[in-house]
Amino acid sequence: MHIFPFIVVVWILAVGLYGVVTSRHLMHLIMCLIVVQSSTYVLLLAVGYRTGAVAPYFFDVPVHTPAVDPVVQALTLTDVVVEAAVTALLLAFAIQAHKRFGTLDPQQLVQLKG
Amino acid sequence: MTPGLRRWVFLAGMAGLAAFYLWGLHGLPGFGRYPGPYGDLINRIAVSQTNATGVVSAVNFEYRGFDTLGEEFILFAAATGVATVLRRLRGEREGSAEDEAAGRDVPPTSDAVRQVALLLTGPALVMGWYLASHAQTSPSGGFQGGVVLATAFILIYLAGQFLAFERFSPVDVTDAVEAVGAGGFAAIGLAGVAMGLSFLTNFLGLGTIPGAVSSSGTIALISFFVGMEVAAAFVLIVSEMLDQALLLRATGPGGRSR
Repeated sequence: MHIFPFIVVVWILAVGLYGVVTSRHLMHLIMCLIVVQSSTYVLLLAVGYRTGAVAPYFFDVPVHTPAVDPVVQALTLTDVVVEAAVTALLLAFAIQAHKRFGTLDPQQLVQLKG
Repeated sequence: MTPGLRRWVFLAGMAGLAAFYLWGLHGLPGFGRYPGPYGDLINRIAVSQTNATGVVSAVNFEYRGFDTLGEEFILFAAATGVATVLRRLRGEREGSAEDEAAGRDVPPTSDAVRQVALLLTGPALVMGWYLASHAQTSPSGGFQGGVVLATAFILIYLAGQFLAFERFSPVDVTDAVEAVGAGGFAAIGLAGVAMGLSFLTNFLGLGTIPGAVSSSGTIALISFFVGMEVAAAFVLIVSEMLDQALLLRATGPGGRSR
């Protein structure tokens, strides 16, 4: 099955988005957003994968050994860092929203804003 | 929009996405058949060009160095943003978390948690520095090492209490370390410019043995600074979050007084 990992990608994306759409709590919503973003890691790593190839580290293997794409792996690292930054900011906003409105239910927050 | 309707709109959108996605997959090379050429090209030339055997780090801190500088500043900006959003507002004062709920003391940290956290603090520090300083040789780098280093400080919090955590990582020092880490990366780039080279040129000696810790020139140095920045940023974010537990609000949520 040559497209199975790509099906997993869209499944993770769909599950995360479903959580975001139906969320009743901001913490839950933020975690669902993390799940959505995780799908991009799987996508990036799957795109650069080559069957039977080694990791792009040539410490103990010769340079000409077939290796997977290092560029998408570097991009995945960037992805993880950005996700951590976004999550930290969102959690800070959630704390302030709870202080201000006394609830973390997104649907009640919309009603409170008027 | 009612939750039921929202769910149907979502499912309709997902059905459309699934259809287009499957259609699009037909034109792509299957899993495991990476077509190249960029990854292959970099894999072939990176070791001889930079003397770094970790090609992912070579991409991050050399070929894509300018991009990673932006990435590092994203984290810097996020830490600053968290500190700004969670600043002490009017009507908030700091105090012990215990008197928030009168008569219900915070349960003491169990001895088991204390012991394990203390035992892990040293290994976490060593592991963090090892990862941050071996970007050029093995799967590691400043970002991973920085996070592990930050863990060591959070373990101190677990083993003791928040005040001990703040004593081990005072906000002023953390801020300074973060600034040095972020500024160091940019300074390495500018040092190249001062020598008449392009920004972020690898101007240091590359060493003679590929994969030695002292090899790869600025890659190792940048990774080290990134490690400092990431560790400080995470300690800062966590301590800002923990600070919130100590805030006593004059008026509770929604304006009700507690």
